[in-house]
Amino acid sequence: MFLVVTVTHAGRRSPKVAKTVSVFKKVVMAVSGIIMLLFLIAHMIGNLHVFQGAESFNDYSEWLRSFGEPALPPRTLLTVIEIVLVVSVVAHMWAAITLWRQAKRARPEAYVTKKPVAQTYASRTMRWGGLIIAGFIVYHILDLTFGAANPAGTDSTPYDRLVASFQNPIATTVYVVTLLLLGMHLRHGIWSATQTLGQSNRRRERTVNAGATGFAVLLIAGYLVVPAAVVLGLVD
Amino acid sequence: MALELFNVGEPIADTKAPMDVPIEERWSTRRFRGRLVNPANRRKMTVIVVGTGLAGGSAAATLGEAGYKVKSFWYQDSPRRAHSVAAQGGINAAKNYRNDGDSVHRLFYDTVKGGDFRSRENNVHRLAEVSVNIIDQCVAQGVPFAREYGGLLDNRSFGGTQVSRTFYARGQTGQQLLYGAYQALERQIAAGNVEQHARTEMLDLIVVDGRARGIVARDLVTGEISTHFADAVVLATGGYGNVFYLSTNAKGSNATAIWRAHKRGAYMANPCYTQIHPTCIPVKGDYQSKLTLMSESLRNDGRVWVPKERGDDRDPRQIPEDERDYYLERIYPSFGNLVPRDIASRQAKNVCDEGRGVGPGGLGVYLDFAEAIERMGRPAVEAKYGNLFDMYAQITGEDPYSVPMRIYPAVHYTMGGLWVDYDLQSTIPGMFVIGEANFSDHGANRLGASALMQGLADGYFVLPATITEYLADAPFDRIDDTHPAAIEAMQGVQSQVQKLLNINGTRTPASFHRELGKIMWDLCGMERSEESLRKALDRIPELRQEFWTNVKVSGDWHSFNQTLEHAGRVADFIELAELMCIDALHRNESCGGHFRAESQTPEGEALRDDENYAYVAAWEWTPENEPPVLHREALEYEYVHLAQRSYK
Amino acid sequence: MTMTHGATRSGQTSEKRGMNLTLRIWRQKDPSVKGKMVTYKVTDISPDMSFLEMLDVLNEQLITNGEDPVAFDHDCREGICGMCGVMINGQAHGPQQTTTCQLHMRSFRNGDTIDIEPWRAAAFPVIKDLAVDRRAFDRIIQAGGYITAPTGTAPEAHSTPVPKKDSDAAFDAATCIGCGACVAACPNASSMLFTAAKVTHLGLLPQGQPERNDRVVNMVAQQDAEGFGGCTNIGECSAACPKGISMETISRLNHDLLGALRAGVRPKS
Ligand SMILES: Cc1cc2nc3c(=O)[nH]c(=O)nc-3n(C[C@H](O)[C@H](O)[C@H](O)COP(=O)(O)OP(=O)(O)OC[C@H]3O[C@@H](n4cnc5c(N)ncnc54)[C@H](O)[C@@H]3O)c2cc1C
Ligand code: HEM
Ligand code: HEM
Ligand code: SF4
Ligand code: F3S
Ligand code: FES
Repeated sequence: MFLVVTVTHAGRRSPKVAKTVSVFKKVVMAVSGIIMLLFLIAHMIGNLHVFQGAESFNDYSEWLRSFGEPALPPRTLLTVIEIVLVVSVVAHMWAAITLWRQAKRARPEAYVTKKPVAQTYASRTMRWGGLIIAGFIVYHILDLTFGAANPAGTDSTPYDRLVASFQNPIATTVYVVTLLLLGMHLRHGIWSATQTLGQSNRRRERTVNAGATGFAVLLIAGYLVVPAAVVLGLVD
Repeated sequence: MALELFNVGEPIADTKAPMDVPIEERWSTRRFRGRLVNPANRRKMTVIVVGTGLAGGSAAATLGEAGYKVKSFWYQDSPRRAHSVAAQGGINAAKNYRNDGDSVHRLFYDTVKGGDFRSRENNVHRLAEVSVNIIDQCVAQGVPFAREYGGLLDNRSFGGTQVSRTFYARGQTGQQLLYGAYQALERQIAAGNVEQHARTEMLDLIVVDGRARGIVARDLVTGEISTHFADAVVLATGGYGNVFYLSTNAKGSNATAIWRAHKRGAYMANPCYTQIHPTCIPVKGDYQSKLTLMSESLRNDGRVWVPKERGDDRDPRQIPEDERDYYLERIYPSFGNLVPRDIASRQAKNVCDEGRGVGPGGLGVYLDFAEAIERMGRPAVEAKYGNLFDMYAQITGEDPYSVPMRIYPAVHYTMGGLWVDYDLQSTIPGMFVIGEANFSDHGANRLGASALMQGLADGYFVLPATITEYLADAPFDRIDDTHPAAIEAMQGVQSQVQKLLNINGTRTPASFHRELGKIMWDLCGMERSEESLRKALDRIPELRQEFWTNVKVSGDWHSFNQTLEHAGRVADFIELAELMCIDALHRNESCGGHFRAESQTPEGEALRDDENYAYVAAWEWTPENEPPVLHREALEYEYVHLAQRSYK
Repeated sequence: MTMTHGATRSGQTSEKRGMNLTLRIWRQKDPSVKGKMVTYKVTDISPDMSFLEMLDVLNEQLITNGEDPVAFDHDCREGICGMCGVMINGQAHGPQQTTTCQLHMRSFRNGDTIDIEPWRAAAFPVIKDLAVDRRAFDRIIQAGGYITAPTGTAPEAHSTPVPKKDSDAAFDAATCIGCGACVAACPNASSMLFTAAKVTHLGLLPQGQPERNDRVVNMVAQQDAEGFGGCTNIGECSAACPKGISMETISRLNHDLLGALRAGVRPKS
């Protein structure tokens, strides 16, 4: 059948479907990724309230919900955040998964032997890593926002739930593993985003990559101190 | 002597150049007098262009743009692969950007002289005139020529000229020029003006009522053999250097298209004029499949030498200055390492014959950059020659920055080719030949950076202007593959293909090709003598005999079969080789790339015999076992006066 | 089956000690049938041979034994035409960053096993064995990889000076030989580096400006239409590219593309 292809392709095969799709998807991914990134920074800082004790942490969580009251109805800020995040995650996953399928179609027959040369571990784990992160988010919200999946149960303060979770070794492992994955995801993601948005060049390439790594490490460290503190009993 | 080898026929002459005006006005006059084709009629006219190199690619793009229906053929997967892509050094043009006294007339003069007075003045002058437009055209297409800090185009001096008129794109000039033509061609394909036939090999020419009206071609993927018709056929299929098996040509470069056209009545001109390039990487072993050229520009800064003592096999770096023989600088004080290719090559052969050659088998001389690195500093050398040095290191495993390179001459270019008149039309009306495939502009020796110039001149500017005179009478009455001539050609090709597959002998096509190459290199190579040529003429028919009884071609014809492709090409090379030897034997003089041992000055320089040989030898093919017929085209020199070349 | 190469036939040869190798080669008669890896042995291979010369040796033996030789593409054999290219031990063009024809056997050791496969991509259908059809690349060029400059209309070459920096960068991108190693190496089978090289070459030159937006939009649309994968900035392509085309070209393409889309330019189909 391919013979037919090679022989009959006299003229130019005109593009099917919606054009320049793949790059458009990359932009969606970059933008949504960056939005999620910003959330993660804020979220990390918010989490550090634990070190100021249960009060301040719960207040913070309370503040999230009561922000702008009475001028605004309860949970406005949080709802806004939630909507933006849901949209981003969905858009991001849509782009990632369709690109993934496009790649599968583009190479129907796999190599018998394939040796990656430049590919970093991070870039190789973007897809599965991303999915795991997605799964984590669901679990995480049930765990800490609603407490449904939390030892301390639903009618507990966020602080209790958090401590409860991290006193549970399984939950803690889940968190730690995902955070490391996320770190790698961001490490490649940030570099990738600069390429996708056309902001990289030979001179910048190194800096961007170094920056991405440094940033990912800091962010993830910022997150990890919380479970660490709980496990070490600094917070209880 | 010769009569048993060939017969002499009527003289032949170009009738198209307007000789009633001075040479500067002949091209413009020819363009003015030639009939034109009304744009409205062009759509009704089909032109087949075989080949997508600089010549064919630029011609197909230009004709398509002009509004003709063009059918383009090539044997690789993409037009961008044509062997023009391998040209390294540069392209000449009489722009005189350096204000160093260059001019159209000087380029004309240098080319006629460099061709050792065996080329046609009119064609060469036109080439020099058109050269300036080529650069403009290529720059407009986005060809990234080397530039100076001021942003203007850079020039270098190249291959035996004393002015800097060579434009270049690092060491990849041919690649960049070809991509310019390739992109223009793809644009026309997209526009529907050019119909493409990739991986399709021309195997015969269809001649109807004395006019070239189409070709028989084989789709190399499906094996399908089919006919294609047109009002005119243009051959731009490149050179036949692979008749020597080892050459700097691509593995697929072949003589099949021009040879089969020759057998259909096109005269073959000066087939023995082959250029041996002095700066190639020496042969390593006999598994060797091709030779790699190192651009001649290396001779601008590298110094060529061999040890004074024969058999001195010390590490070159250990050999002190006074024990080295910089033989080109010694013999040719004014030109030194920049003497023309034929001279540089033959001197390399001489020192190796004296037993002073270096490297495996003593077949090599040093090309030394130590002094240049001293003078310019390594970075400058890297900037100028980096990619060539890398290529050398890649192939030899040696580091040319620290050890002098070893070079040896190799077959590089064929000045001979199908005979064409001033309009680039062959002796078959309606068949035009452009680029390296024709014989027209370089006489007995081509100057460096002049082939790219000729290919693009022919394709962009000359052919599109001259072909209109012929097409003014078109369109000719339609024919299809029920026409007797088409059927005959088609069956001829099919039966040859079948025959090759049926022999089922014991030797591969490659082994025949290798043997033919050795015969040609040893007996019809850098130096030829009556004795060596007669020996070759005994061996070649035997080889042909064995080929047609003992070749082994696996597989079938109706599929992708590279062995079959090769077998067909080797068959044609064997026949061409015989004509080359006859031509070399009949031309009992030395000129340019053709050096006859019998005809040299006391100092061993080529000695021309203008009395008897100031002509183009155009050969007419005759059925097997009948000697070919020689038609002479007398060469007159009105503007450049016949003189013995001297580069001392 | 075993074989020794023809070096001895005509005697004169300067072999270093020859190597014995095991080759596992992808054999596929034509696209309609399934292919598989087949094992061959070659002996007495000189380290000075090019990789393709080693395959020549194998093929000559196969032909003489009446077997079907291995089909592979090649032409110039000096690293410039872009016709050659196979996966060697899982790497496009093999262990060195060069073309298959310029890879020499000194990069291997006696006794090695070498896996040889064709480029694998839906847009590069296999023709036979190791030979694939790369004409999708030509159609990407047709979509806009050119500067419209009809023959004879060009202005004097010196009328537009080009800063050396730009013309050098344009040249670097223009050295792409269209071999397809980038696609072969890319985990997504994306042709991004090839397309980006041409967009960069023409986009850096003043002559390339008028068509700059349409060029990038249409070339990218065409590469999607051809069935190549999307680029996720993994960088295997640039690492495999025999001409060292840089990742920067991809960033440039993205930059130009976003600019063009913002300017309202849409692909013409
Ligand atoms: C290594 C090397 C370096 C060189 N360097 C320089 C240089 O620096 N300067 C310079 O001026 N010249 C140089 N030359 C010479 C110059 O490159 C060539 O003479 C010129 O490019 C020939 O162009 P062409 O278009 O005539 O043929 P080619 O470029 O050889 O094109 C031949 C075309 O014909 C097609 N073809 C052939 N046979 C058939 C067939 N039977 N059926 C169908 N299609 C067929 C091929 O597919 C190809 O498209 C060099 C040559 C070599 C080999
Ligand atoms: C909150 C979590 C996430 C963040 C912060 C994030 C961030 C990013 C960023 C910044 C990029 C780079 C975009 C680009 O290259 O242009 C990226 C790429 C990617 N993301 Fe995420 N992502 C997250 C979650 C996910 C999820 C849930 C998936 C699920 C599939 C995913 C899959 C991918 C993939 C496959 C890529 C690679 C595409 C590329 O490299 O461009 N990510 N991510
Ligand atoms: C140690 C790590 C983390 C801790 C301690 C933590 C803690 C919390 C807590 C306490 C809440 C509940 C806030 C509230 O209900 O008031 C919350 C919500 C949330 N967390 Fe985390 N989190 C961590 C990591 C992450 C990661 C890695 C992600 C994303 C990839 C994430 C995404 C979210 C989201 C989306 C919500 C819901 C916010 C909302 O309800 O709008 N968290 N987190
Ligand atoms: S970008 Fe590099 S790898 Fe890709 S086709 Fe061009 S030269 Fe080959
Ligand atoms: S490897 Fe593929 S993903 Fe992009 S960067 Fe290169 S094309
Ligand atoms: S054969 Fe031309 S690049 Fe390898």
